[in-house]
Amino acid sequence: MVPLAHILALSVILFGLGAAGFVFRRNIITIFMCIELMLNAVNLAFIGFSRYLGNLDGQIFAFFVIVVAAAEAAVGLAIIIAVYRNRGSLSIDDFDSMKL
Amino acid sequence: MITVQADDLVRILPQAILAGFAILVMVFEPFLPAARKTLLGWFSLFGVVAAGAATIRTSFSPGLAFGNSISADRFSLFFICLFLLVAALTLLGSFHSLERENINHGEFYALLLMATVGMCFMAASTELIMIFLGLEISSLATYVLAGFKRQDALSNEASLKYFLLGSFATAFFLYGIAVVYGLTGTTNLLVLSAQLGRSGEFRPGAVFAWVALLLMFVGLAFKVSTVPFHVWTPDVYQGAPAPVTAFLSVGPKAAAFAVLLRIFLGAFASAGSGVFWVFWASAILTMCLGNLAALLQSNVKRLLAYSAIAHAGYVLVGIAAGRGEGTAPVLFYLTVYALMNVGAFLLVAHLAGTGERWTRIEDFTGLGYQRPAVAACLAAFMLSLAGFPTTAGFFAKFYIFRAAVHSGLIGLTIVAVLTSVVSVYYYFRLIVVMYMREGKAEAASASLPWALRVALAISVVGIFYLGLYPTDFLLLTNLAAVPLP
Repeated sequence: MVPLAHILALSVILFGLGAAGFVFRRNIITIFMCIELMLNAVNLAFIGFSRYLGNLDGQIFAFFVIVVAAAEAAVGLAIIIAVYRNRGSLSIDDFDSMKL
Repeated sequence: MITVQADDLVRILPQAILAGFAILVMVFEPFLPAARKTLLGWFSLFGVVAAGAATIRTSFSPGLAFGNSISADRFSLFFICLFLLVAALTLLGSFHSLERENINHGEFYALLLMATVGMCFMAASTELIMIFLGLEISSLATYVLAGFKRQDALSNEASLKYFLLGSFATAFFLYGIAVVYGLTGTTNLLVLSAQLGRSGEFRPGAVFAWVALLLMFVGLAFKVSTVPFHVWTPDVYQGAPAPVTAFLSVGPKAAAFAVLLRIFLGAFASAGSGVFWVFWASAILTMCLGNLAALLQSNVKRLLAYSAIAHAGYVLVGIAAGRGEGTAPVLFYLTVYALMNVGAFLLVAHLAGTGERWTRIEDFTGLGYQRPAVAACLAAFMLSLAGFPTTAGFFAKFYIFRAAVHSGLIGLTIVAVLTSVVSVYYYFRLIVVMYMREGKAEAASASLPWALRVALAISVVGIFYLGLYPTDFLLLTNLAAVPLP
């Protein structure tokens, strides 16, 4: 049996990677994938805790998160397509038309 | 095992009605010719009114529903009424702007209703996962609304930024929930507050408890746009269609504040002073940066965006004072803020003209002579936002500051008063431009459509009523400020 600490460590590392990728990556699709990575890190934490506590709630929460992530992906990709049609670019650096 | 009873359904009646109307709008939308989509808007307004009537029914059978995950208490009903008011005002103000921008699609109304449903669930939930679902329902709808002018590059950009930063923030909130679950084995706020109440203060060694609270705070701070989590706000408020901005700047913000109150003054009220200092610091940062950055703006929508950030700072002062003084001043402030901010943005939406061309401050030059009534309205909103006596903005600030002084937060109150003095400068710039400069205001074209007139009349009358006779409403907020969660 994998101890809780290992699962949590993996979850924290994935979450950190996602957050770092969100900040440092320039491609919008990659940034979006980083957000998904963060959500899945949360799922891992939920499931790890659920097994540790012997309580099924956490696994059900993971399902909720998966559903929400799917809805978010649908909306997000639609927004990304609209953006791409207008600008012809997927680099986050091109989206700076509103500044002080 | 959860069994659904009739009372359960009554306790979510407003949300259920709103969701039903949203679905019906989507069903009817393909059958209506393009010129008659405003009918769907009126239909949605009817839905909002029906939901308002349903809150009265719900108020007769208060209590918990669905396995203690929804609470129909006075606090949540107050917020539901506030959200319905905001939705109704936004609907009334948006018909004409949508037609003008050629984006009068039924989806707008359906999304607006769904966003309202999400916000209502956020305010009414006593279960962290349910709060998360409400947050996502409202967020997904508002991401799309921000980008509703699909062909417009600025609207696209607003939508993209809102979406990316919003989902980023949600992930933090969610991780906070996961840690709470891991520590306590539950995500129900009622159970949590009972457990924490038994064990007294958080142990100093309980690092993970602090991690959980901080993660949840970060997630919600993005939604209420407090410094340093505010970077998306000006861009999104500027780029989104102005009626949508009116909704965004008030609805999701008030909903996130409701959640902050429920979590930090309710379930985790015994978490000690660490949380208080987080609110203290972010209130100071938000008030200072919001007001100072607003000084530099030349675009009215952007100016109002920074003003919205600054106002979030004042609400945080109210929350920091809330442990001793209760939540009534915060509820009062949020209501007043909703009235004046929605009014101001709807008026700007109208004055900006086709394609929202005229949103610079100079575009309003001489408006006071060409359109006295319109300019007077805008001036009233600005005076109220600045917190002038006889307007509701004054009493809203006064109650917050008084609560802060009573809780001994003298330093925080001084900063709040000083920054609100600074804010007078930028609100008055608009008034000065309208009344004291000669010129032909670009932003003075069409006459006001009567639906917008109704919305503005409600906001202006509300502002002066609450400014002159605040006591009745204050009693109401005191009633709504029940012990949480």
